[in-house]
Amino acid sequence: MSAPPDSELPPNITVASRMATFFRGGGILAPLITILVAFLAGGLVVLATGHNPIETYQAIFKGSGFNWFFPWLSEDDRIIAALNLQQTLILTTPLILTGLAVAFAFRCGLFNIGGQGQYILGSIFAVWVGSSFDGMPALLHVLVAMLAGVLAGAVWAGIAGLLKALAGTNEVISTIMLNWIAIWTGVWIFNLGSPLQNDNPDQVDVPVSNDIVEGAKLPVFWGDPQLQGLHIGIFIALAALVVFWVLLNRTTLGYEVRAVGFNPDAAEASGINVRRNYVMVMAICGAFAGLGGALDLLGWQFRIATNDIQTHTLAFFGIAVALLGRNTAIGTLLGALLFAGLLTGTSVRNLDPTVFEPQLATNLTYMIQGLVVLLISTDVLVVYLLRRRRRK
Amino acid sequence: MTAKRIGWGAVVLGFLAFFVAVPPLTVRSPIVVIVIAVAAMAAGSYAITAGEKRLGWGGIIAGMIGLVGGYAATQSGVANLERVVVWGALGAATLRYATPLIFGAVGGLFSERAGVINIGLEGMMLMGAFFGAWGADVTSSWLLGIVIAIAAGAVFGAIHALFAVSFRADQIVSGTALNLLAVGVTGYLFVEVYGDLGTPDDLPSVPNVSLPIDWLPLLGDIFGDLNLLVWLALAAVLMTWVFMFRTSWGLRLRSAGENPLAAETAGLNVVRTRYLAVMASGGLAAMGGAFLSIGFLHTFTQNMTAGRGFIALAALIFGRWRPGLALAATLLFGFGSALAQRLPVFSPSGAVLFQALPYVLTLIAVTGLIGRSIPPLALGRPLPRN
Repeated sequence: MSAPPDSELPPNITVASRMATFFRGGGILAPLITILVAFLAGGLVVLATGHNPIETYQAIFKGSGFNWFFPWLSEDDRIIAALNLQQTLILTTPLILTGLAVAFAFRCGLFNIGGQGQYILGSIFAVWVGSSFDGMPALLHVLVAMLAGVLAGAVWAGIAGLLKALAGTNEVISTIMLNWIAIWTGVWIFNLGSPLQNDNPDQVDVPVSNDIVEGAKLPVFWGDPQLQGLHIGIFIALAALVVFWVLLNRTTLGYEVRAVGFNPDAAEASGINVRRNYVMVMAICGAFAGLGGALDLLGWQFRIATNDIQTHTLAFFGIAVALLGRNTAIGTLLGALLFAGLLTGTSVRNLDPTVFEPQLATNLTYMIQGLVVLLISTDVLVVYLLRRRRRK
Repeated sequence: MTAKRIGWGAVVLGFLAFFVAVPPLTVRSPIVVIVIAVAAMAAGSYAITAGEKRLGWGGIIAGMIGLVGGYAATQSGVANLERVVVWGALGAATLRYATPLIFGAVGGLFSERAGVINIGLEGMMLMGAFFGAWGADVTSSWLLGIVIAIAAGAVFGAIHALFAVSFRADQIVSGTALNLLAVGVTGYLFVEVYGDLGTPDDLPSVPNVSLPIDWLPLLGDIFGDLNLLVWLALAAVLMTWVFMFRTSWGLRLRSAGENPLAAETAGLNVVRTRYLAVMASGGLAAMGGAFLSIGFLHTFTQNMTAGRGFIALAALIFGRWRPGLALAATLLFGFGSALAQRLPVFSPSGAVLFQALPYVLTLIAVTGLIGRSIPPLALGRPLPRN
């Protein structure tokens, strides 16, 4: 079969430009309606299986700790709400960063599904550096461990960028493959008798890493460090949001990234080095995700087991976070807060089991996440909204 | 001798380097392995200079694999080798591990040949795994279990088609969404229906097919007692090939993926074709899931597909969107898993790394080092609004 010229095929629209319709239209309304529809659908499933959706969502909200902001809360409830909110904010940190890893790529017209692998690489290197070099000055140790995570993530994602630039390899396929290579490498490296398995004589049979030494742990500033209080990683994540915004809107690189994202051919014609952009953008995405992995390890997990790596799903939420947040800094923050609240509110630790079984609720979170991404994948909703607005 | 023949010779020599070192030949001298492997790489290099790049690189890689594998084998004990390398058991295990991948890859082939990217294979497979188990449990019949699994996969395929074809959504985003949704839906229903107890022990399971070929050496061990779904998977590959390349329906389906505008002009209903292709894709992937739950493990656990949908996708790309090559890729990946399962005799942790092999190979394949995989031309391009 002889190949038809490209002009005879339907247009090959980049993700970024296709999404642009969605992001331009409907203002804040479209994401809000998306969330509403997803929660309604989730509620219907809860109702159909014989539970009370309103009570369930109330319990999840209470478990997320967001009720801490209500001024009328009693003193006792406020203490519990504070504990819950700390957990939510602990999860907000990696969700912001994995969200940025997806959002930044989208702005360049790339789809980075590899947040998971980049996050895992970041956590492997952070735990390696953070559990070795005992006796290094504390501040320096934290910084070095974080940097190791950032670089590992950047290199891992950079592979996908490099392959795209040199061989035109589709980044979706390569990042998916890199995810699984990262997972199995992680499972191997902490396994029995492997290089990074712990050297604690009592835990010879446990496939888990060494513990992060005291000097490399991020300080807790709200709550009790013994009860998994909130570590300062959230401020680093907020700083990353600022970096993301500045990088995108106030630098030449950001301008080029957006130009490539909208139309790579036009960008190339106007003298932008598109290939170099692909590599840079993927590396920056990986740096965000790798930082997320490093902060989780240095902030509250302190060790990583092969099992954690295999059952890890956090980085996938980054896709929903970025899409819901319309690939903007403030949107990513709000999206991260929403999903962190959902995850915390449905966790075994926080959800009242007499109202709704946490195991069910965790899956409800996955469903809502899936529905959000599904609804955002199309611009039908927005086109509908725009038409309504025009009619008025 | 042509360069092509030398290239093929290089590939064969590469595998021979490994083969001589393991039972039944069990050559103990590393020199033999090294000589054969180096010969393979030399032949490969020659083939490259003579213009057969793809085969040449294949030969060099086969030579390297043979060198490492064969050398490792000569350095390990004969008793260990004989426990690991039992060709009959390895062959049967390869087919078992490959079966869900075959269904997934063939399913992906339908969708992608029609021009719709199917990242959602994993989710469709997971749906099949749960609904196969649930259907078999409720109806007390494995056959109805499979039917219900196929229906569930087709429904998921229809959702994908609704968004990807009708709504012109980004196909990768909607496929990703389906994967996430499948984890939630199957997990929720599993906890709701079965709670902490899990699926019942008396879950009806798909029977094995016993063939009276015990007396055949090797073949008897491999093919004598395979699950019915393994045979169905192999049949699915053959039928897909016939359908895709020997019937007019297949031609129409492929034209929807290669040049949909021309196909539309010629009177083909591209939208309907794509819908049917994606639904078939979901049904086939779901059969792979059903094999896991009621053919192989006889239980359902949350997120039990564990990335097999993605390996199937990898096999499809590695196999260049062709049924025969995709089958070869799934068998290669299945062999890797079968070997990894037996390797812990040597090193409990090192065997884990074997699991990464399919992904590494696919990564190499998509970079075009061993001949570029060229996808259907209109893959991922929805029809414009007219």
